[in-house]
Amino acid sequence: MPGADKETDLTERIEAFLADLKRGGSGTGPLRGSGEMARETTYLLRRITAQARWSSAGDLMEIIRNEGRRMTAAQPSETTVGNMVRRVLKIIREEYARSRGSSEETEQQESLHKLLTAGELSEETFREHFVHLKANVIEAINELLTELDGTTDNIAMQALEHIHSNEVIMTVGRSRTVEAFLKDAARKRKFHVIVAECAPFCQGHEMATGLSKVGIETTVIADAAIFAVMSRVNKVIIGTQTVLANGGLRAVNGTHSVALAARHHSTPLIICAPMFKLSPQVFTTCSLSLNDVNSCFPVLKILSKVNVHCPVFDYVPPELITLFISNIGGNAPSYIYRLMSELYHPEDHKL
Amino acid sequence: MYHRYVVVALSRRKPNEGKELTKEEKQRLRKQKKHQKKQKERKNEKGPSETEKDKTPVSLLPPPQPVATQKAPSALPAPASAPIPVPASAPFHSSPAPSPADKPAKSKAELKAERRARQETDRAAKQPGSSSSGIKTKVPLSELNPVVKRLPEHVQVDDPAVVKRLAKKLERQQIPLRSDYGYKVSLFSHLHQYSRKAPLTQLLSIPSTVIHPSIVRLGLQYSQGIVAGSNARSVALLHAFKQVIRDYTTPPNEELSRDLVNKLKPYISFLNQCRPLSASMGNAIKYIKKEISNIPSQCKEEEAKTKLLTCIDRYIEEKIVLAAKAISKYAIEKISDGDVILVYGYSSLVNNILCEAFEKSRKFRVIVVDSRPRLEGREALRRLVQRGISCTYVLISALSYILPEVSKVFLGAHALLANGYVMSRVGTSQIALVARTYNVPVLVCCETYKFCERVQTDSFVSNELDDPDDLMVTRKGKTQLENWQDVSSLGLLNLVYDVTPPDFVDLVITDLGMIPCTSVPVVLRVKNLDQ
Repeated sequence: MPGADKETDLTERIEAFLADLKRGGSGTGPLRGSGEMARETTYLLRRITAQARWSSAGDLMEIIRNEGRRMTAAQPSETTVGNMVRRVLKIIREEYARSRGSSEETEQQESLHKLLTAGELSEETFREHFVHLKANVIEAINELLTELDGTTDNIAMQALEHIHSNEVIMTVGRSRTVEAFLKDAARKRKFHVIVAECAPFCQGHEMATGLSKVGIETTVIADAAIFAVMSRVNKVIIGTQTVLANGGLRAVNGTHSVALAARHHSTPLIICAPMFKLSPQVFTTCSLSLNDVNSCFPVLKILSKVNVHCPVFDYVPPELITLFISNIGGNAPSYIYRLMSELYHPEDHKL
Repeated sequence: MYHRYVVVALSRRKPNEGKELTKEEKQRLRKQKKHQKKQKERKNEKGPSETEKDKTPVSLLPPPQPVATQKAPSALPAPASAPIPVPASAPFHSSPAPSPADKPAKSKAELKAERRARQETDRAAKQPGSSSSGIKTKVPLSELNPVVKRLPEHVQVDDPAVVKRLAKKLERQQIPLRSDYGYKVSLFSHLHQYSRKAPLTQLLSIPSTVIHPSIVRLGLQYSQGIVAGSNARSVALLHAFKQVIRDYTTPPNEELSRDLVNKLKPYISFLNQCRPLSASMGNAIKYIKKEISNIPSQCKEEEAKTKLLTCIDRYIEEKIVLAAKAISKYAIEKISDGDVILVYGYSSLVNNILCEAFEKSRKFRVIVVDSRPRLEGREALRRLVQRGISCTYVLISALSYILPEVSKVFLGAHALLANGYVMSRVGTSQIALVARTYNVPVLVCCETYKFCERVQTDSFVSNELDDPDDLMVTRKGKTQLENWQDVSSLGLLNLVYDVTPPDFVDLVITDLGMIPCTSVPVVLRVKNLDQ
């Protein structure tokens, strides 16, 4: 009976989470920031590990994979959910390998040497039962959670290395990571921030009020003025929704224009993104739902005769990006694929 | 012997042609001082008497000069001062006589060159409203008239001396001074920033005695944004001036050509205060002033007025209406069936082109790109949809999303600068940049009357700052930036124009034909020679 209660409790929580995801939508921006989303997902996965019925690592992975598929189907634009699922899968594999006694390194890496010497690829079935696997996995997930908690602070700590005094920094829309980054630098340095408002939702306004409250000289400009103002900007620091495997970005609408303008003026483009945003997915665009469009453009009575496009995300190719600042330090876009291979197992790329 | 006669004959014909360099230099300096004093006095509007004195050396030059005929009635006071320079030079005429044979030949050529130079500079000085006269017309000898090009006052707001001077000038003209509003971003502290809620007309008395009512109405329409777009503004300005001319009567003892120009000056200052003049308006005003001062003085008032009215009508017809037709003709050649054309904001010329192309049954569809805070694209969208053209509407942030579908970009311009840069609504340079990245051709359509001699390389040094409150937006009942004035470190920047470098623009379509961006100074030169 207690088992059944736990299970119903678990399924209830999962359903609640899925409903939340569906409701969140990418119209006005997610209801919660992606950091919170990642944390919620990880809590839920920990709960599944603790409460669901499984006997071997393979079972657990199957359960988590199924749940992960449902979660990503509920809200495809929210990639952090899928990323956390993949991280947890990788954790399970690692713990399983450690329990089995084999060293992690040789199992994980696919090198040419291994391909030559191993001959037939051994099929890992994860069927062995280990007593302490559950505890180990839960402990590893807790470590992941502490890492998630500290991402924003880790990024913000690097701020002083990248911002000098009397700089003019441009940013686009609203990113909690960038806000924390700039606020941290503002404690010691004086600089000027130009915020592009990012129509139609104008998240940039919130960012500007937040920054100016701490005493940073902020200016709000319209999206159209980005190129006009770019010649006086020293650095462009932006956040992103997702970092793709090739080092490119899936960022808020308008970021590609900013990146092109920065390249034209040879201004460095710096992305502040924590590691949980790294995703092995392919770029897919998505558009606003119809009611959001109607709320953006209320006055267009001729709307029925006109096609209105309102894309939410932009693809920025890696050639336009100078630097990624993440919780593990600064990286060039060409190194992202390597970081990704450390975070996720290649078989988990497709859930 | 022979050369002595030659020298004397020359001296009789042109008495104030100094033969020796030192005397020449002295005269030149004297002339420069008089010229500068004349410019100052013209600003002070003290009346024509002093300027007459300056014209006297000119009136003694050979009669074919058109200037002399204008000055005939006022020639009476002239001879009184004329003899002064003449006797000064007369005693020195005999000195070069004993010089060797080749010297008179050289001095004759030298004389001719100097005479021509002086005629040119005087002609240039006579052109009305030409504070930058030294730059506009050719000054072949650079030592003559080192005229400093005066920077317009509306880009020197951070200089307190200039602001004080402007305030004094406006006080004299009885025009209220408009005060700046809101916190100005430090990069733009040299420009004005006004609020739309405080129009200049609130400070005027009703009825205004100094300013014609149609000008007051026009100023209000400008400052509230009711009349916007460079063609619309120029046409409205010219119509208002027509009304002014119709209602004008020459006061006694005044000349129409002189007095009307002086009457127009406070109107222009007023309009400038309401909203900084556009390049097209500047060119139109220059044209009007030239036409007015070219009115011969024996012309009767009614005749002069009808002449001016027809001139203005012809200007509008030629430079705006017919030019639009010519540009449409060229542009339609560039539109082919199946095209997807991107336009930005509302340009009357581009709209005209698209409507005409649609009437000539070209099959294309249009993507209208719009931007906050003006949202002018909606007007363009409305007009195009009314004609039945299939349209798509996006905001400028969706540009990278929509550009892969586009085959051509048509842009309008506010002005074309002499170094090939295109000054247009803010956001145009962004569109040109992204279009260039996707290898989409960018065509700019602009009439030649908008070509301007200024040069500019960035959007900071000369721009217009619109009301910063326009950037505020209320979503779901909440206005984020409501109290932006209270936060000292927060500034809102609402730019109106930006400049697009010529390497982003593939073609400029003008009424003279299709030219590359870099040919703008050639067109300007041709226009100047025509005038």
